[in-house]
Amino acid sequence: MSSTINDTAGTGIATGIGTGTAGRAYWACVDSLTLVRRTLLNYRRRPSAILWQLGFPIVSVLLYGFVFGSAMVVPGGGDYREFLMPGMFTMTMAFGLMNTAAAVVSDSGRGVVDRFRSMPMAPSAFPTGRSLSDLMIAAAELAILAATALAIGWTSDGGPGATALGFGLLLLLRFSMIWVGVWCGLVLPNTEAAGALYAVIFPVTMISSVYVAPTLMPSWLAPVAAWNPISSTVTATRELFGNPGAGGGSWVEQHAVLMAIAWPLALTAVFLPLAVRRYQSLSR
Amino acid sequence: MPEHAVLAEGLSKRYGKERRDDVTHALDGFDLAVRPGTVHGLLGPNGAGKTTAVRILATLLKADGGRAEVAGVDVARDPRAVRAHIGLVGQFAAVDEGLTGRQNLELFGRLFHLGGRRARVRAAELLDLFALTEAADKGAGQYSGGMRRRLDLATSMILAPAVLFLDEPTTGLDPRARGEVWDAVRTLVAGGTTVLLTTQYLDEADRLASRITVMDRGRAIADDTPDGLKDRVGGDRVEVVVAERADLPAARAILARIAGADPRTDEAERRVHAPVTDRVAALTEVARTLQEERIAVEDLALRRPALDDVFLRLTGGRAADEDQAADTDREEVAA
Repeated sequence: MSSTINDTAGTGIATGIGTGTAGRAYWACVDSLTLVRRTLLNYRRRPSAILWQLGFPIVSVLLYGFVFGSAMVVPGGGDYREFLMPGMFTMTMAFGLMNTAAAVVSDSGRGVVDRFRSMPMAPSAFPTGRSLSDLMIAAAELAILAATALAIGWTSDGGPGATALGFGLLLLLRFSMIWVGVWCGLVLPNTEAAGALYAVIFPVTMISSVYVAPTLMPSWLAPVAAWNPISSTVTATRELFGNPGAGGGSWVEQHAVLMAIAWPLALTAVFLPLAVRRYQSLSR
Repeated sequence: MPEHAVLAEGLSKRYGKERRDDVTHALDGFDLAVRPGTVHGLLGPNGAGKTTAVRILATLLKADGGRAEVAGVDVARDPRAVRAHIGLVGQFAAVDEGLTGRQNLELFGRLFHLGGRRARVRAAELLDLFALTEAADKGAGQYSGGMRRRLDLATSMILAPAVLFLDEPTTGLDPRARGEVWDAVRTLVAGGTTVLLTTQYLDEADRLASRITVMDRGRAIADDTPDGLKDRVGGDRVEVVVAERADLPAARAILARIAGADPRTDEAERRVHAPVTDRVAALTEVARTLQEERIAVEDLALRRPALDDVFLRLTGGRAADEDQAADTDREEVAA
């Protein structure tokens, strides 16, 4: 930095841009955490935002659980609300894709991403910070949903280890959705288009084991629903929480826990590089 | 200190696929030299390549050809070092509307690696400098357009950058907010910052810039001071607006005789004007003769050509902003 024009406009502040690998890694962490802080400050100023995001699953729990509940059949018997809760947890994680996409598209559309990229901050901090904060929000959402579930009589009979693993799988699904969401957010032109993602996500969550067991669907639809990545997480958490309706005849339903790990990893393996490449290609 | 705060030589940028034969040359051999400590205007119609040029200089976009230096650092070779010396204000106010003004500045201060305490101090300074202290703890989403722009400018000034890129900073603002932004820009330049300002508002370039580069189709087609550019379309002119339309031919004859040139007439406006060289003498003579011949005059003035005239001449009649051009000057320009 020898050939600079003197900073005479203000306090003459010099910036620390990391030099060397260690310096860069340090600032990459600091910058990511600063962006996490930004998200948390946003929620602190508008705590109601998180409740709005939870509105849909909570209303779904009440509607499906109490309005349709008595008409719903759980294969192998059991309480529908117990059956439904792992589906609601999973659906909330899957819908998180839209929150990520909306946050990214609003930053890129209003020039915030351009400003970040014109600053000496670590380029990786934008996606990393996004994924860290979205995971934290997802954990908070799960905590609120689980409290609601407990209030209407849901319990996990799986023991602490299995229960923890179940919530771990839910967060793993959310993690893969972050990268799908970042990619969508960088590809889509504006927040309206990001809102239209709903039209895709909603049917995808319906054609899964979230509300109804695939065995009760028409024979042509059942395998589609069973192989839906969302179904694997739903079935795996039902199994781990000891909730009814976990079973199913097909291979994918028999190996739900394995698939609830494999699917998100596969999605991440595809969409994380896509998202990073898209972010880098902004300069082309 | 480098001789130029910004230097571009033969920059080119293509979009689209060569094979499919739909290549757009956003920049096609663009040259630019900006002296430190000045406001340099970059003027051109929509699609002239202004924003592409700024994005390359601000390290957001890679050029296909040519080279550029900002604050003496090559933008392609060391973009990270360039970023420590620049501020960018794009076409949208890049602020987090969910945070307060103060939180925005502190956030970006941390991202500029000031650390928490210095970020807080700097935020307070900038809020003060941009007259936002009163609204500091209100959400930026509730700010007016002008306030949001000032917050945006303040954010870009956190590191007191050597070079500030302002890409159409007043587009979509009302006149009062534009005035606020202009004041803020003048404050920055007084502090030593070099500003590269792209705009399609000719009066904005005229007011702020000490030098203007006119762009068209990805190239610089003129580079001069605002006055120098105006001289290109002819110097000053005497302009008469008569009270009665019947007096137009008489006024025209007087002007023709004194100016020694063929005056132009605008019937609808009851206006006649002609270029003059000995400015004040010509004006006095015209005034005296009009009075002698008892021609009632509504307006009599010595006018400089507007930048609109320059612009229309240089870009072959395509206006920068048609509404703007129509509003400020209704005359036809000798082409």
